[in-house]
Formats: sequence, C-alpha cells, structure tokens
Amino acid sequence: MYGEEPLFGLLNRIGTLVEGHRPWPRYRLGRDGWLRLIEGLAGNGWSLLGLWGEPKAVHAAFREDFSGDVAVVSLDCPQGRFPSLSAVRPAANRLERAAHDLYGLVAERTTDPRSWLDHDAWGVRRPLSDQPAAPVPNPGPYTFLPVEGEGLHQIPVGPVHAGIIEPGHFRFTANGETVVRLEERLGYVHRGVEGLMQGKPAAQAARLAARISGDATVAHSLAFARAVEAALGVEVPARAVWLRALMAELERIANHLGDIGAICNDAAFAFMLAQTSQLRERVLRTADACFGHRLMMDRVIPGGVATDLPERGAGLLLELVAELRKRFPPLVAIYDGKASLQDRTVTTGFVSAELVTRFGAGGHVGRASGRDQDARRSPGYAPYDELAFEVPVLTEGDVNARVWVRIREVEQSLSLIEQIVTRLPAISRGLDHPSVALDSGRGGEGMALVESFRGEILTWVRLDGEGVVTRCHPRDPSWFQWPLLEAAIGGNIVADFPLCNKSFSCSYAGHDL
Amino acid sequence: MLKHILTSLTSGPVTETAPAPADPALAELAGKLDKAARARLGRSLSIREVDAGSCNGCELEIHALNNPVYDLERFGIRFVASPRHADVLLVTGPVARNMREALLRTWDATPGPKWLVACGDCAVSGGLFAGGYACVGPVEAVLPVDLRIPGCPPRPTDLLAGLLALLETSAAR
Ligand code: SF4
Repeated sequence: MYGEEPLFGLLNRIGTLVEGHRPWPRYRLGRDGWLRLIEGLAGNGWSLLGLWGEPKAVHAAFREDFSGDVAVVSLDCPQGRFPSLSAVRPAANRLERAAHDLYGLVAERTTDPRSWLDHDAWGVRRPLSDQPAAPVPNPGPYTFLPVEGEGLHQIPVGPVHAGIIEPGHFRFTANGETVVRLEERLGYVHRGVEGLMQGKPAAQAARLAARISGDATVAHSLAFARAVEAALGVEVPARAVWLRALMAELERIANHLGDIGAICNDAAFAFMLAQTSQLRERVLRTADACFGHRLMMDRVIPGGVATDLPERGAGLLLELVAELRKRFPPLVAIYDGKASLQDRTVTTGFVSAELVTRFGAGGHVGRASGRDQDARRSPGYAPYDELAFEVPVLTEGDVNARVWVRIREVEQSLSLIEQIVTRLPAISRGLDHPSVALDSGRGGEGMALVESFRGEILTWVRLDGEGVVTRCHPRDPSWFQWPLLEAAIGGNIVADFPLCNKSFSCSYAGHDL
Repeated sequence: MLKHILTSLTSGPVTETAPAPADPALAELAGKLDKAARARLGRSLSIREVDAGSCNGCELEIHALNNPVYDLERFGIRFVASPRHADVLLVTGPVARNMREALLRTWDATPGPKWLVACGDCAVSGGLFAGGYACVGPVEAVLPVDLRIPGCPPRPTDLLAGLLALLETSAAR
C-alpha cells in the first residue's frame, strides 16, 4: 500500500537531523541509509520534489502527499558517486544527469547515464565541481534512443523552431502520420544560473532568480525570496505578503490567457488568440501601472517587495477584474461550442493519472490528470490560508482538460485578486513598509515551495554569515512535465504536437537554467 | 461568435498609433544600409526570431507585437518561420554556448542582404549572464549587429520603434 510508512518515521530511523534548515527538516544519511531510502521509495507514494548536487554531496527533497510532510535528504559522496534514484523515481533521472554535468556526480545504476545539460560546448566539463575538467577533444554526437521497426521514419525538429519560441530539440519517430516515439533533447538555453548565483549577495542573486523563466518571473522570485527568508528566519511585512500574492495571480492570469489563445491558434482558430492576447495585454498594462513593469520582474525581492501599490492601483485592479469577468466568459463559450476546436483538443495528448503521480507533475498538467496538488494550499503559504479559492481538478488528462483547468484557474485568480485588493487597505500603510532589511548576520539553509502558473517551484538555498549565496537550486516545474510530454504525444499525429506542447507549456529556460 | 465578430467590426480598431522610430536606432542604422539593399527591401521586412538563450521574457514581448493592439503587420513587418524567408534575424539572449552553433547556422541560412537585431539587455550586453561558463556574452561577440534594442525585456513600443527605424532607414532613398 502506498503511503503506509510515515516519511519522517523512516528518516528518523536512518538519518540524522541537520541544524539550521528551515522550514522543513533536512536529514543527513549514510550510504546505507540512502539505500534504505531507495527501498522505502519503492514501497511508498512519496513524491520527489527535487534532486540537486554539490561538490561531493547530493540532496533530494520529498513530500508525503497525504500529510503534506516535506523533507530534504543529503548524502555525502566523497568519491562523487551515489546510488541512483531513477529506477524508483523516473523523474530523478534528468536531475541526476544535470547533477552529473554540473558537478561530476555519478549516479550508480542509473537508468540513463547520457549527458543532459552539457552539449560539449562550454569549453569545460563539470564546471561547478571542485575540479572542473578540460573538454573532451572530439566529442561524438549525442546518441538518441534506438527505434526499430518497419516503416518508421524520423523527424528531427529544432533547436530553432518555426515560431517565436524557445530552443529545444525534438526527435519524432513516426509511422506515417502517427508518432510512435518522441525524444526530447534540452539544455540549449543553459545559461549557468546556479553557478552565477554562487558568491552573490541574496539581493543580486534574486535578479538572476527573476530571470530563470521570464513568464514565471514573479513565482521564481517569490520562491527564491521565501527560501532566503526561511534560511535567515526573516519575517516579511504583511502588506508585502499580500502584494506578492497579487502579483503572482496577475502573472497566472496573463500566462493562462496567452496560452489558451495560443492553443486555439495551433488548432487554426486564430480568432481566440486575437481576443485573448488583447486581454493579456490589458493585464500586463495594469501590472505595469501598478508595479512599474509589465512582467513584474524584480518586484518581489528577499525581504519583501520592491514597489508598493500606487494610490490608484486598487481601482485599476478592480476595473481589470470587472472587465475580464465581462469579456472572458463569452470567449470560453466560443471555445466550448466550436466543434472544429473540440475535434482537435478532446482526447488529444492524453496523460494518465498514474504517470503524473509517478512523475510528481504539478500545475495544469497534473491537475488535468487528476493530481490534486497545489502548493498554495499544501504545504500552503501566506496569505492563501486567509483567502478563499478552489483548485480545479479534472481527470480526462487531454489537451481539452488542460485548457479547462486553466480557464477555471483564471476565474479563481480573478476572485483572489478581488479578495486581496479589497482587504489590502485594512493593513496599515504607514507602519508597514513593503520590505525589511535582511539581517545578514547569520547564515542558514532555507527552502520554499511556490505555485507558479505552470506548477510547483522548489527553491533551496544556503547562505553564509555574510548573506552570500553559497548554493542555490531552483527547480522549475517543467522538470517533471517535460518527460510527460513525450508520453502525451505517443499515438497522436505529428500535426497535433503543437497543441500538446502548448497545452503543457513547459519552460525551456526554467528547465535548462 | 457571430456577435463577437460583429462587435469587433463595428467598434473600430483596437490598434494604437505607432511610436516614432527610435532616434538613436535610426542614427545607428543610417550608415549601415547601402542603396541597393534599400531598393531590395522596399517597405516590408520579414523577421526570423532566434532565441539564443533568453529567459523567454523577451519572447513574450515580441509575441505581444503580433497582438491586435500593436499589430505589427500593418507596417509591413512580419515574423516568418524560416530564416530562408527572412531579411532580419531578431536575436534574444546572452548567446548560450549550447546555442552558438545553431545561431550561426541560422544566420548562414538567411539570404543577403540581411540584418541582425539584438533584442534585450542579454543580447545587447550579455546582461546578468555575461562572464559565466555557459554564455558567450553579447550577440555581437558572435555575429555583426546592426541594431540594438535594450530593455529587460524591451517594451513592445520600444521593439516597434526599433523595427520601424529599421524599416524607415531601409526604405529611405
Ligand atoms: S533581456 Fe531580460 S527579458 Fe530578455 S532574455 Fe534577458 S533577462 Fe530575459
């Protein structure tokens, strides 16, 4: 039975608690303990939240979905080797490959040892390890998984795609029009974010966090800020907490509107894109008027927020909510009523509930396949515990379900914005500055889980006594969604790939870092 | 649906007036375009966008140019799918080393006369990513740049002003 053994029960037996890790505990395991953990994972439903490396150590984070208990586990690996989790948690595989490419950590008995982020172009191998190595002289080509069978042909696509879109490579193997296998190769947008964060004061590293994935800049900034605040034990002013949620919901709406239109556009229904992109523009302009940046980049900072809402801000936001409430429902009705659209979205790009659970996929990808998880609710964070909202969950698992989850989320976010705006004035203005100074007199380790528009972001950070980042790992939700896209397209026709892809809307930049 | 179309038809355009072509951009360009090229381009431009390591923030604003409010196509500027159809490469990002080769190949696949526009702080200067092991730095470290549109990301109006400058200059006799 899944979830029989409590996560903490096992960890207390096999590990020792590490001091100064907030808000959830971190356990140091020995190699035996790590092997016991792998056994435990095989028999329990704990979801993998992340896996990241350091020189000579590896960390992983887990959640017991039922109780919401979260824990980090660490293994010192002086030889740079650790037993792989990929056999019991397939989602760990790409993270292990990334840890190998950056830190030279070898996952023993892994299901797939190929390099992932390293394309032999950096001029250095394992750049973040203690001993970076010289590049391989004549690297061979990347080996894609073999495909065999009668009448199969391959379609290589990317890294430069046909639209205004981020780079990545897709290798389709098709039988006629039907895709029998898709293999992704990512890492093209690897900018070395984790390495650049190291040695920077939290305020500067926050600017990098804001640029991990531009469409989720608020959510990534929030995850980073909350991780830093947890590490330092800093309390953020209530007003800032509410303003952060306001920005996060604006970001969610803007992205959902853009993507809903784009999905319809990929089904040759350009009208919807023309309409939703106007609404999206409305949202961005309101964000600009309220926070001074259309995407609200660098507005959430460790310690609070960079800008307060101007006097007329509340009015503008309520006007925006009213206008979207008027203009969005008729578009939803059109989406719902067009047979030509439904024909393309219903049953297309199916992902099973079993698969989203096994990969711990969150956001609309998980929730359209029945995985009822939302970091705003569990483990939860302020101010959402004081706000009323529902988390829409469907079970069909197709493109249509993902569109509907997003439609419902837009409606929920509108209500959230309204609640936040109407209750915001209750927090006294003069006394409550939008941010506090970070007291960098102490270091520590912190972690945060934040719900972006595409799912749960985990950010883990360690700060030294000067408030300088010594290690930060931001794990974008895309890590656990990209692998499922490979499954979603199987059995569909090649022409449905754009629809599937857009309905997932995974981040390349967020994944590649 | 029909109601929607009728309202759109009768309520007038949602497009905004265009910004003036950016002056510094004009000055930067004036020297770079020769007569023959101007005659070739006329008053239309086809742009191929290349993400060479962007955080995707720049892409979001480039997308916005296509929305009905900015409606880029009314100026004769459009985004095309293939570099072979393009006059201009619009490049974003601090040129991730993993993208360098793909950027060069895309440039090689673009027929002359061609221009290269660096879009966003990352493409202009490398932004926050300059100096790391994974990025080359500004686009001009890889290819000759004809026009720079700074911003993080540039607002759609800035993008529009820059592209109009490109168009004006190329169409000027
Ligand atoms: S300039 Fe700014 S928005 Fe554009 S890619 Fe760079 S970080 Fe992202």
